[in-house]
Amino acid sequence: MSYNVLCSFERFRGRERDDRARCAPAAAARLTHNEAQGGWVLLAPERIFKADAIATEILKRCTGEATFAAIVDDLAKTFNAPRDLVLADVSKLLAGLVEKKLLEL
Amino acid sequence: MANSDATTLHKPLGLLAELTHRCPLGCPYCSNPLALDKRADELDTATWMRVFKEAAGLGVLQVHLSGGEPGARRDLVEIASGARDAGLYTNLITSGVGITTRTMRDLWEAGLDHVQVSIQDADAVSADHIAGYKGGFQRKHALAAEAVRLGLMLTVNLVVHRANIERIGAMVDLALALKASRIEIAHVQYYGWALKNRAALMPTREQVERAAAEVEELRLRHKGKIVIDAVVPDYHARFPKPCVGGWGRRSLNVTPSGKVLPCHAAESIPDLEFWNVRDHSLEDIWTSSPAFNAFRGTAFLPEPCASCDRREIDFGGCRCQAFLLTGDARATDPVCHLSPNHGLVAELAEVQEDLAYAYRR
Repeated sequence: MSYNVLCSFERFRGRERDDRARCAPAAAARLTHNEAQGGWVLLAPERIFKADAIATEILKRCTGEATFAAIVDDLAKTFNAPRDLVLADVSKLLAGLVEKKLLEL
Repeated sequence: MANSDATTLHKPLGLLAELTHRCPLGCPYCSNPLALDKRADELDTATWMRVFKEAAGLGVLQVHLSGGEPGARRDLVEIASGARDAGLYTNLITSGVGITTRTMRDLWEAGLDHVQVSIQDADAVSADHIAGYKGGFQRKHALAAEAVRLGLMLTVNLVVHRANIERIGAMVDLALALKASRIEIAHVQYYGWALKNRAALMPTREQVERAAAEVEELRLRHKGKIVIDAVVPDYHARFPKPCVGGWGRRSLNVTPSGKVLPCHAAESIPDLEFWNVRDHSLEDIWTSSPAFNAFRGTAFLPEPCASCDRREIDFGGCRCQAFLLTGDARATDPVCHLSPNHGLVAELAEVQEDLAYAYRR
């Protein structure tokens, strides 16, 4: 058994983005809550991504229904945050998780 | 970097649940102990359910239902369902023999998250010879196909040794044909039955080098299509593997009879006191059992580990291997080229004998 805990998404910056894309956990991945680990975790075989507060808010909206643009709008509104900043956070997180096959577009 | 303190208690992430030691196959590289637990001593369904709940409460996120062959348990579906209800990401590790397509469907309905099937070789005759079981090769195909048809994600596990190391490419092609999403290419690690069969399994250095280059090439060729994870061949490495991510740090293992071990091979170290889930809660065991506290942290490590920059990366390597090869469980894993005993590993890596397999029975 070996676990790759994912933490760095820097290298995925600048990937092409599609505002209409819908994002959901990959076929074998699941978002789950664990009290002892202190929150929400995205799980796939041999891979674990512990979501911080921001990542949790993003991942909870990745249900395959809302589009990328709608998720960004919703987060910006809910947290009264600049859309550009939210967009950067969401892009960075999703690109990294897609690359690691934890999410699917 | 300071030596990590044994009193820093981490939360475990993974639980390996060895539901049974029974298995129709007899693979000579099995890492189960030579003295296998008997059916009469296996934990019952209710106890496994309790263990899963306690595990989730302790922080465990993933459970690997393994064995032996987990399909040998008649209550496998109930057990998987209990793991899922406890909130655990549930992974089935199977030989593919002994689980019917009907059971596979029931497991999927119970919420199983992922299936891992092992294949012994790309060549059917060789595969069945390695497994010591006629017709196993075909039955694995049927099970893998059913899992994929249901929409379950499939990992194919290839255990590599001298008899199949020349066919890694063909085995990867087979995994692709089975529609696997992930391939694990794992060189044999020498514990339990594999240790007993070491000279019959050991590849030559040239084979290992060719295989490493081939795996790199396969990774590039299939990038984006399939994830290939590789486990390096211990005896040919320069640095040791990081003892299950640190002894008593990230994972625990429950044996068929309920003993809780820091790793599946831990019973090879004599005089360790393991506690049983029949007598203690999992939390109590994780926190206080003598076996879990025996090698926590890095403070116990001798030189050259004590002053090594890698001590928080690989924790001095595998405690079991240190014991099996040097007789001292606290020693530097002799796989490390910095170990004073590394010469021994180099010597053993050169021993190839065409012996009949001692099948795991």
